Order: sequence, then C-alpha cells, then structure tokens
Amino acid sequence: MLEALQYEFMRNALMAGLLAAVACGIVGVYVVVKRIVFISGGIAHASFGGIGLGYFLGINPIIGALFFSLASGLAIGGITRKSRLPADTAIGIIWALGMALGVVFIALTPGYAPDLMSYLFGNILTVPMSDILLMLALDAVIIGIVAVLYKEYLILSFDEEYATAIGMPVEKLYLLLLAMIALTVVVLIRVVGMILVIALLTFPAAMARQFTHNMKTMMLLSVLFGFLFTLGGLWLSYVLKLPSGATIILLGGTVLAISFGVSKLHLKRNKIKETA
Amino acid sequence: MNMNELEIVRLKDIRVNYGDIPVLEDVTLSIFQHDFLGIIGPNGGGKSTLLKVILGLVKPDSGYVSVFGKPPEQVRSRLGYVSQYYAFDRDFPASVWDVVMMGRYGKTGLFRRYNRQDIAAAEKALERVEMLEHRGKQIGRLSGGQQQRVFIARALVAEPGLLLLDEPTASIDPTMQTEFYELLEELKKSLTIVMVSHDIGAISIYVDKIACLNRQLYYHGSKEITPEILEATYKCPVQLIAHGTVPHRVLKEH
Repeated sequence: MLEALQYEFMRNALMAGLLAAVACGIVGVYVVVKRIVFISGGIAHASFGGIGLGYFLGINPIIGALFFSLASGLAIGGITRKSRLPADTAIGIIWALGMALGVVFIALTPGYAPDLMSYLFGNILTVPMSDILLMLALDAVIIGIVAVLYKEYLILSFDEEYATAIGMPVEKLYLLLLAMIALTVVVLIRVVGMILVIALLTFPAAMARQFTHNMKTMMLLSVLFGFLFTLGGLWLSYVLKLPSGATIILLGGTVLAISFGVSKLHLKRNKIKETA
Repeated sequence: MNMNELEIVRLKDIRVNYGDIPVLEDVTLSIFQHDFLGIIGPNGGGKSTLLKVILGLVKPDSGYVSVFGKPPEQVRSRLGYVSQYYAFDRDFPASVWDVVMMGRYGKTGLFRRYNRQDIAAAEKALERVEMLEHRGKQIGRLSGGQQQRVFIARALVAEPGLLLLDEPTASIDPTMQTEFYELLEELKKSLTIVMVSHDIGAISIYVDKIACLNRQLYYHGSKEITPEILEATYKCPVQLIAHGTVPHRVLKEH
C-alpha cells in the first residue's frame, strides 16, 4: 500500500476518501438519527438526472449532479411540507423522475458516455484534482453550517414538534438539512457512486451510535469510521482487484454486522449475569 | 371576575376539524394571569388539540386566538410546553443536560451559543425537579417518570409566562405526583398554568379553576363542576369526589 502512495492517483484517492468521510460522517449522523435515510436515497438517485445533463451539455457531470441533487432535495422537502402527499410517495416520484431524465439526457447525447459506470458505482482511483477541490469546498460549507447551527439541529432532530412550539424556523432548517444531504451526495458520488451513496451515509453513523450518546462525539467517531471504511476498502480492492466503491461498502457492512452481533452477545451475557 | 386581571389567553369561537370530524366546536375561553386552570374530559375530547391551538401548533378552522395579546406564533418564547407523548428514539444521542438546554433556545435565539446564564438556569431547573445528579445520562435510558421530570425542567428553564401541561403526571409514580403538584403550587405564584388531565381527583385538589372539554367547553371561571356538567362532558354518569370545606361524595345513579 505504501509504495502505491508514490502514484498521484493513489494520493488523490486517499484525499477523496478523507473528504468523503468528513461529509458522510457529519451529515450521516443527522440522516440516521432523524430517520431520513430514504429521503437521502431519493436525492442521491435523482442526481443521475444532473449527471445526464452534464454529458448532454458537455460540462462536468458532477456540476450537473450538484444542481440536480439540490433541486431534488428541495423538491422532496417542499412536497412533503406543503402538500398532503406522504414523504415516501414524494421520494418515489423524485427518485424516478431524476433517473428517467438522466437516461433521456444520455440518450440525446451523441456518441458514447465515457466514465458513466464510475458515476453510478464510484471509482475512487480516478478522482481528478478539480473534483477534489470541489469536494473540499463542499466539506467546508457543511462544516460551517453545522458549526453555526449545531444546537438548532440537535433540537430539530430530537423533537420537531417541540422545535416548532419554541419558535424555531423548522421548515427552513429542514430544507437546509436536505441541501446539506444533497451536497454530501455530490461529495460521495466520486467515491462510491450515486447508487451506493446511501451506504456511506448510514454505516459510519450507525457504527458510531453504538459507542456514544453525545452527538458531537458521534460525528467525530462517524468521520473516523467513514475514513477507515474507505481506506480499508480501497486497500482490499487494490489487493483483490475488485471495484473500489463496492468493496468499501461491503467492508463497512461486514464490520457493522459484526459489531451489532458482538453488542447483542454482550447484552445477552449481561442479562444472564443480572438474572443469576 | 375582576376586570383588572390581565388576560393571558383569549380563545373565541374556536372550531377545529380533523378531516370531516369536528374536534373542537365553538370553544370560547379566557385565561387570566396567575390562573391555574385544569382541563378535564374524555380521551379524544380535544384536550391536547386545545393546548396546541394555544401554542399555535394547530391552526383553527375558524375563530380567534390570542396569547399575551398576540398571535401565538409571535410569543412562543414566552410559552412553556410539556407534551403528553414523546416519540423520540430511545437511542437518540442526547443527555439529560442536552435536553434541558434546548429549553433555553427562546432566550438565546438562532446562531447564538448558550452562555453562563443559560447554564445556571439549566442547573437550577434540574435541581428543582431533582434530576441534577442525572445530568450526564442518556435521555432514552431514564424511566418514564424521570424523563417527564426532565421535560418539565426543559419547560421551566425557558422562564415562561404561561406553562401548558398535557397529562404531565401520566408516567410519574404516585409519590412523585404529590411532589410534582407541590412544585406547581409554588410555580403558580409566578406564572399562569394550564394543565390537561383525566385525573379528576388530583386535579380538583390543586387547580383553582376547572374546565370540562368534550368537543365543547364547559367553564364558569371557577372550580365548581356540577354532576350535570360532568355528565354532559363524559356522556355518562361520573363519580365526582368534591374536596374542600365540606368533603362529600356525589354519585349519580346509573
């Protein structure tokens, strides 16, 4: 692995992994505790429309994805808040519409769409410097928002009705949270692909939750786990010659399953001790 | 009624429907400063909805609401609210301290951090409900009664002018209930309290005024409730235990 670091693509891959871990670690905590995993899934898949638009217009597909994920996040949020449609219906609509638009845009683009697979399933080894800079900027925006609105988001994710009752601008904060998820999706697309984004938004946070009941600590741990998963997955994919995005997810899923199993055993043993 | 008393809440001809089902009909109610009003009534009678109308969480289909002379949305920092159910996740990453500090939001506001005053207020509120020693514990790991005390501390820490309590003693054990009512006794010197409950016995000892609610509100600005009112509220004969100078029991025939 160390000798691999002499290659620029490897150094970029590590940097991309770290930046992805920061975004998914912080925002993933909100996604998990506020139980909006499938809203995040909807935003991630709808961003495919933007990737298609990027190809069609001949611009960087990531920029297209940025606009599409932001728009779909706000659309899902707006529909669920302003209409009587249930959230999962709104998610289903936006999810499918975004993907359909992407397919049509790509069909309208003359010739072949290069790298399409890397947007769908990720390829951490091909992240160009320009995208790393974009990821860095998006991370900075996310950290800034959470630093300023930490106490507000703690209240909002704990009890939305109470947040409304004490006069917090709940709707605006919720839409801003969806926008942060949209930005995170963009950060993660290059690493694991839009289809697998949802895994990096949930695994590290679910892992971290087992070790703490403080939200700040949970965020820090979640960033750490996210980085370990991407790093470990990258190494495994290098050794086993497997696609990096999927390997990262499989590693994360395995670790999560083992730790859930261990803590369950632990609980059982404690119960036996108590009854004995 | 003394006209010099300050009117804290005014509800006029409030009507609320959930879909086609009327929940509140023609509810008119004035609550004055230092009132300790108990609202009783059967489940589904609209008690919680009435509190939510005062909080501005439920918009009435018709009628007029004012709290401290303004629409409820504008005076939220002056309202304290303890709700009946908490749907939060038992694994939610927040300590007792985190939860109580939430109550200071109205005093600190958007973007600002909590300061030393907020910390002192939270300590005082936790002491009042005897939960200060549990400040570091995860909120979901406490018993129902302990959680309820924390939520009461969260309402108190906001230093509200009007405290709205929805079945606050539902999950508190009997010994703690007496302590809780004594706490309210002390609090009512400095604020106005509205408490919803179906515990008619307990409510009639501590509150100053009682209203009965079953879609419609029966209220005469006093503590007297007649068997007729109770019967109209509950739609069936109710056993009424009257406390006061002449303790006696009124039991209407079935």
